[in-house]
Amino acid sequence: MLQLGHDQLLGAYRRMSTIRAFEERLHDEIKTGEIGGFTHLYAGQEAVAVGICDQLTVDDKIVSTHRGHGHCIAKGCDVKGMMLEIYGKADGLCKGRAGSMHIADLEVGMLGANGIVGGGAPQAVGAALAAKMDGKGRVGIAFSGDGACNQGTTFEAMNLAVVTKAPAIFVFENNHYSEHTGVDYAVGTAKDIASRAEAFGMKVWRANGCDFFDTFEQFRDLLAYVRAGNGPAAIELDTERFYGHFEGDPQRYRGSGELDRIREERDCLKAFRKVVTDAALLTDAEMDAIDDEVRILIDEAVAQARAGADPDPATVADDVYAEYY
Amino acid sequence: MAVMNIREAILRTLHDEMERDGDILVLGEDVVGGNGTAGGPEAIGGIWGTTGGLWEKFGPNRVIDTPISESAIIGAAAGAALAGKRPVAELMFADFVGVSLDQLWNQMAKFRYMFGGKTRCPAVVRMVYGAGMQTAAQHSQSVYALLTAMPGLKVVLPTTPADAKGLLTEALRGDDPVMFFEHKALYGVKGEVPDGDYRIPFGQARMVREGGDVTVVACGRMVNFAEKAADKLVADGIGVDLIDLRTTSPLDEDAILDSVEQTGRLVVVDESPPRCSLAADIAALVATRAFTSLKAPPEMITGPHAPIPFSRVLERAWLPSPQTIEGAIRRTLAFR
Ligand SMILES: Cc1ncc(C[n+]2csc(CCOP(=O)(O)OP(=O)(O)O)c2C)c(N)n1
Ligand SMILES: [Mg+2]
Repeated sequence: MLQLGHDQLLGAYRRMSTIRAFEERLHDEIKTGEIGGFTHLYAGQEAVAVGICDQLTVDDKIVSTHRGHGHCIAKGCDVKGMMLEIYGKADGLCKGRAGSMHIADLEVGMLGANGIVGGGAPQAVGAALAAKMDGKGRVGIAFSGDGACNQGTTFEAMNLAVVTKAPAIFVFENNHYSEHTGVDYAVGTAKDIASRAEAFGMKVWRANGCDFFDTFEQFRDLLAYVRAGNGPAAIELDTERFYGHFEGDPQRYRGSGELDRIREERDCLKAFRKVVTDAALLTDAEMDAIDDEVRILIDEAVAQARAGADPDPATVADDVYAEYY
Repeated sequence: MAVMNIREAILRTLHDEMERDGDILVLGEDVVGGNGTAGGPEAIGGIWGTTGGLWEKFGPNRVIDTPISESAIIGAAAGAALAGKRPVAELMFADFVGVSLDQLWNQMAKFRYMFGGKTRCPAVVRMVYGAGMQTAAQHSQSVYALLTAMPGLKVVLPTTPADAKGLLTEALRGDDPVMFFEHKALYGVKGEVPDGDYRIPFGQARMVREGGDVTVVACGRMVNFAEKAADKLVADGIGVDLIDLRTTSPLDEDAILDSVEQTGRLVVVDESPPRCSLAADIAALVATRAFTSLKAPPEMITGPHAPIPFSRVLERAWLPSPQTIEGAIRRTLAFR
């Protein structure tokens, strides 16, 4: 059993609970029509983002995906700044230019969500090569879905990382779907993405992405290996997404009762609660109190975002370049 | 004549042409939708509703869901075309041209020329473009100027259901690679569509209205914006020649030049940044070929030299609008 201290456990629970509440609230708020564009919710996959990012420092860099809210929150992005961004407001983390799909916060090592599937993996290798130059044991991490692992960019990134011995980590979140297509159809090495990384010459790990503790432990070993200068590594996490591909997805590809079943059997928050209460590490009361605090935080974030000022239209062409004459 | 929207016109044309020509195949991400899931193939039937039912009718050899691999999708279309088939590849968003650009740019576009005219490459790449729905910087772009600049590619942008049918049919019967742009905000536009065989030759603009005072050239959704502007100007007795290009490569130069020779005034509307844009291309055409007819400098209404932002107000500020078009028309008429 895992040797995490009380505060670490509470912190992990808080971050997972925050992601869940953030996404559930967005699921409701989107129906009001106030949030435009595409929103891809991360609910169900919280144990992956938190199990991984809780072991990183602010100097380790992550590159995220279109389903990026969980990675952002786990890496330390300001929740209210994120909500403002998703509402397209001037005080959002990216001044309203990003929306849900392109949130970034370089100060906490979150190099960006990405609207281009497979767009991020090469950038994580770049961050890893930068870390290698600095020689301080930092890493660059690419979060990718089971769909993104079919992009040439992902293949090229893996090989580049191997041949340069970059401290890059490929995190494959296998939630069994890319949009409306099943992983068994789209990934030739069916049910196994890690073996692809292995074929590129990397050491790989596999974990249950709905189990915070398994994710945490497997990633801890992986991280030690990469930090020690052994080159890149990959981990595949078997996980679930609780909502549609994007908000508005009718999800006709799901089996009957599938959503109820995964919410019942594969909810990482429920599983976490059971483990820590069974082992008398945390109490229900402690976690309930966190849930209450999180709810208040999200309420405040939504209220602030709704009331926030729109960006000034005159700024539409600002920030295209650092300097331009 | 049947009334339908652009989405339906595209689906029916694909269906009818596939029925007619057994060499046509469709490939892209989630064009079937549901493969490998409990819901099974056709659970979704295409993200945009333009491919639903094709798999059921024509089977998995001709209607192919691909993994997320745009480079391979376009490259496979190029190869299938070289091998004698007529592939229709779908890019879910035109922005993903960025992922597949080599296969379009260095491969598909150039085969015929490089191979001494000995081959045909009848591939159609359907792609969904355009801003206005807050899909932000990587899902909103109108990349037609980029592809118009590439010798070897034909570029088509329907704005009505009838044009969608006529132009797609033409694309599927021709022997060159065709970039077929579908604006995401126009899918629901309804109109009458001719029955039976209906082809619109490329390089023939559509004269949307003739007013004689000013020439407005537009394509895609900007045609609708320009119509709104022209409607408002009628009250002031201002008549607009509105030209919907329909294809930007080949370009109907005569339609533009003939109109400008009458009006002496040009406004070009283009849903893209200004540099090396279609607007710049057409302004240059008019400046070089109809210089003596011009009574005012050409007006270019485009977005700014910036990516497309997410925020509703910023996106609105980015896009041309009926108001900015109206303003440009009034400016050009006021010029002395
Ligand atoms: C280059 C590119 N192709 C296609 C898309 C459309 N798209 C967005 S998300 C997605 C599925 C991604 O699946 P996966 O990598 O498994 O991530 P998940 O959505 O499951 O988190 C697709 C096809 C895109 N955004 N970018
Ligand atoms: Mg997935």
